[in-house]
Amino acid sequence: MSPLELVDEKWNEQGAESALSVRGMTVSYGESPAVFSVDATVPAGSMTAIVGPNGAGKSTFLKAVLGIVTPLSGTVTVFGRPLAEARENIAYVPQRASVDWDFPVRVIDVVLMGLYRELGLLGRLRKADRARAIDCLSRVGMDGFAERQIGQLSGGQQQRVFLARALAQDADLYVLDEPFAGVDAATERAIISVLKELRAEGRTVVAVHHDLSTVAEYFDRVMMINVRKIAEGDVGEAFTPETLQATYGGRLATTQIDQLTVPA
Amino acid sequence: MLFEALTFQLGYNATLVTIGATLLGVAAGITGTFLFLRKRALVSDAISHATLPGVGLAFILMVLLGGDGRNLAGLLLGSAVSAGLGLLCVSWLTRATRLGEDAAIGAVLSVFFGIGIVLLTVIQTMSSGRQAGLEGFLLGSTAGMLFSDAVLIACGGAVVLALVAWLQRPMILVAFDPEYAASAGVNTARIDLAMMGLVLAVTVVGLKIVGLILIIALLIIPPVAARFWTERAGLVALIAGGIGGVSGWLGAGISASAPDLPTGPIIVLVAFAVFAISLLVSPGRGVLAAVLRYLAFQRRVHLRQGLLALAQGQPIYEKMTLRLLQRAGLVRPDGVPTEAGRARASKAMRDEARWDVVRRAEEWTGAAALYDGLREIESVLTPDQITEIDRMIGGPKVAT
Amino acid sequence: MSGTEFVPLSLTPLLIGVLSAMTCALPGNFLLLRRQALIGDAISHVVLPGIVAAFLVTGVVTALPMMFGAAGAAVVAVVLIEAVRRLGRIEPGAAMGVVFTAMFAAGVLLLEQSDTSAVHLDVDHALYGNLESLIWLDATGWGSLLDLEALAGLPPELGRVAVALVAVALFVWVFWRALKISTFDEAFAATMGVRVNLLGVALVIVAAVAAVAAFDAVGSILVIAMFICPPAAARLMTNRLEHQVAWSMVFAALSATLGYVFAGYGPLWFGAQDAVSAAGMIAAVSGAILGLAALFGPHRKRSGAPVDA
Repeated sequence: MSPLELVDEKWNEQGAESALSVRGMTVSYGESPAVFSVDATVPAGSMTAIVGPNGAGKSTFLKAVLGIVTPLSGTVTVFGRPLAEARENIAYVPQRASVDWDFPVRVIDVVLMGLYRELGLLGRLRKADRARAIDCLSRVGMDGFAERQIGQLSGGQQQRVFLARALAQDADLYVLDEPFAGVDAATERAIISVLKELRAEGRTVVAVHHDLSTVAEYFDRVMMINVRKIAEGDVGEAFTPETLQATYGGRLATTQIDQLTVPA
Repeated sequence: MLFEALTFQLGYNATLVTIGATLLGVAAGITGTFLFLRKRALVSDAISHATLPGVGLAFILMVLLGGDGRNLAGLLLGSAVSAGLGLLCVSWLTRATRLGEDAAIGAVLSVFFGIGIVLLTVIQTMSSGRQAGLEGFLLGSTAGMLFSDAVLIACGGAVVLALVAWLQRPMILVAFDPEYAASAGVNTARIDLAMMGLVLAVTVVGLKIVGLILIIALLIIPPVAARFWTERAGLVALIAGGIGGVSGWLGAGISASAPDLPTGPIIVLVAFAVFAISLLVSPGRGVLAAVLRYLAFQRRVHLRQGLLALAQGQPIYEKMTLRLLQRAGLVRPDGVPTEAGRARASKAMRDEARWDVVRRAEEWTGAAALYDGLREIESVLTPDQITEIDRMIGGPKVAT
Repeated sequence: MSGTEFVPLSLTPLLIGVLSAMTCALPGNFLLLRRQALIGDAISHVVLPGIVAAFLVTGVVTALPMMFGAAGAAVVAVVLIEAVRRLGRIEPGAAMGVVFTAMFAAGVLLLEQSDTSAVHLDVDHALYGNLESLIWLDATGWGSLLDLEALAGLPPELGRVAVALVAVALFVWVFWRALKISTFDEAFAATMGVRVNLLGVALVIVAAVAAVAAFDAVGSILVIAMFICPPAAARLMTNRLEHQVAWSMVFAALSATLGYVFAGYGPLWFGAQDAVSAAGMIAAVSGAILGLAALFGPHRKRSGAPVDA
């Protein structure tokens, strides 16, 4: 089977109904593409895992989709509109290790950063805004930590604060980069239940995910990347021994792959 | 004039200064390479500015002890002590507090410099009343230099260079791969210390010629320029030494050939000119080469993407892709592929299918890792292997 | 001390020192948190070539061309540093070192070559300031503060640095939220619609303006003490950005005041006759404050779990 036949054609035709549509995305940092000619179509209200080996361009792909790095080529539409017009619909949760956690702010200040778009440069912070930030913190089980300095948090707590900041944005598309990397089991449960709540509210979730054993349990769609897109579609159809082998190559033993995927 | 200066025929002092500057340039280039490879280039900024209070204090002490405050050896000794103290402060601030090394360097260099200036104003008003001429240490001043000072500088340059040559091997090891060096039994902490000691020595010897504000240029610019010409640490050090030496020699020579040409700035500007040339035209990392490579790369990406789109009968959105395909004679102006275009497109599609097989097969993991969307499959596999893959795929797939 | 002596001789230098220190420390807070403290170093070194170039172009030593010259040099330096860093793939510290030393060398060379002896532009002044000479000769006592005629004789540097402080404060106030978010998490800020690159350049230009305004008072090298020391000491006192900025303002004002007083009167306490460099003393005091904060500051250590926990 050619990789391109795995693309669910139905979604390609319904660009307007998709939360995120990417065409011909190529990104390069040096003189070798990190992401090559990737198309993607994420239907609204779905939960999609982006998987692939280390250095396969997953994070780079997300950053290019969000306009944080400039792609060599490619077009992005979000809910049928160009990226530039749809930014307020997107909430981004970067990798936890991408920031300096020694920065002098409290937990509540980080969550309030999620309101930047609403408040603008000089908009006054009202009581209701603080209450909303606290509410977002309580959704991730961190409401007791509002006044803590962020450097005093554990890794899992930092990740939950990042998620709370994204919740404060009240967006329709949630894009997360490795939300489960290096977090404790309690945090992982807390995060996945929040993400499932988001989906239940009709929002769309896209997350780079590194733990193949939980893909089927957590997500309903999967997109497999190794520089090129290898497969995309519902977990039951696209997350198969063949696609895993094609994505990870000889790095994954066949026996492991059989354990990971759900028999169709 | 310039020719005489460069061939050491302008009198003892000028000759000694030129020799000293050349030796110093070589030593600084090599020493700076290790600093640069350890990503600590600006530590030298803190060290050089921190020499000033030492110069001032040494002058005051020597006068108080009844000696000549301007004794160059004494002043340089003082500068070495306070620069060492500054270095200690940088490492203390970084270790004991949450401040980063950049903040520590900035704080130490400015505060030490401030204290130095306070001491200079104290000296100006000291009862001894003599003009100390210590301002020369700020920007360097070789005019009216004593013969003994010139000898001291030339000898200092030679000694530093000898030390660098002696310590070069372990320093390369540590700069290139500290963990391997440690496992090979090199005491990395001690080598780091020796490296800082050499930086300090270069700074102190260079104070009189180049001045404390510009001496760091001799430690930073030659290694950065040398980096453009080679990927090997040992060679970077050698080339940096060469660039430093030439800068010192040419700079001191040019400066001696006419009035109003201060030695320090001229040496620095010569080094910078070498850097600018390296940045622009060096074959590997140079800007010109990189721009050309990038443009070629961009063309390849767009062509390849265009071919894959053609093969699948998808519309091409990007104008640049269309333009390139058209120019290569692969599509007609209306976007319909030509005969050649169709052939190339189905070849591209077939290569993708071949890569797909390569990725799935365990025995070709190494080859699969080389896939980046652009690499020709023929460059990774032998014709026999490709034939075998084609047998697995079956008949050729033609664009729909 | 009586007003008749203090007001004309010490009030204006003191005020200029305090305002200069605060003007530099304010943007310094963000440079520090962005790990760009040494951009302050680079800026302060290229102020000299900028001013020399402005003088060579216009032929006059007046405030406005100097401001433009220095701000232009700062922008050129930052663009060159970025170019060397990206095009040559050179680490930022080394790229900075290459650019600012070369520009400084060019500045010194131009200065030596051009005939600037007739005008008030010399290396010493450029390097370590001229605070003591910024006196208010028209003043006769505290009453002069209400005397319009005497006020007209205020040193122009005072007005300049006051305007600079207001401008810098306005910038920080308006862009506070954007600066905070982009300093903490640049990628997130970009997705929130903050023009992060533009804001970064604006911050550098603001720092350059502060450096030029403070240049008269403390010289081009010592402004870096004001960029770094008060914010660094303030960072060790608190874990909240708002409080850090407030502390840095206090430390900046304190450094300038104590430094000026020690420079003017300190030597008398030791039985010496003449004052020492006020600019140098201000830097020294700011260093002493940083030293004390590093020893006793309540938040001097990194807190909590390491990043990889």
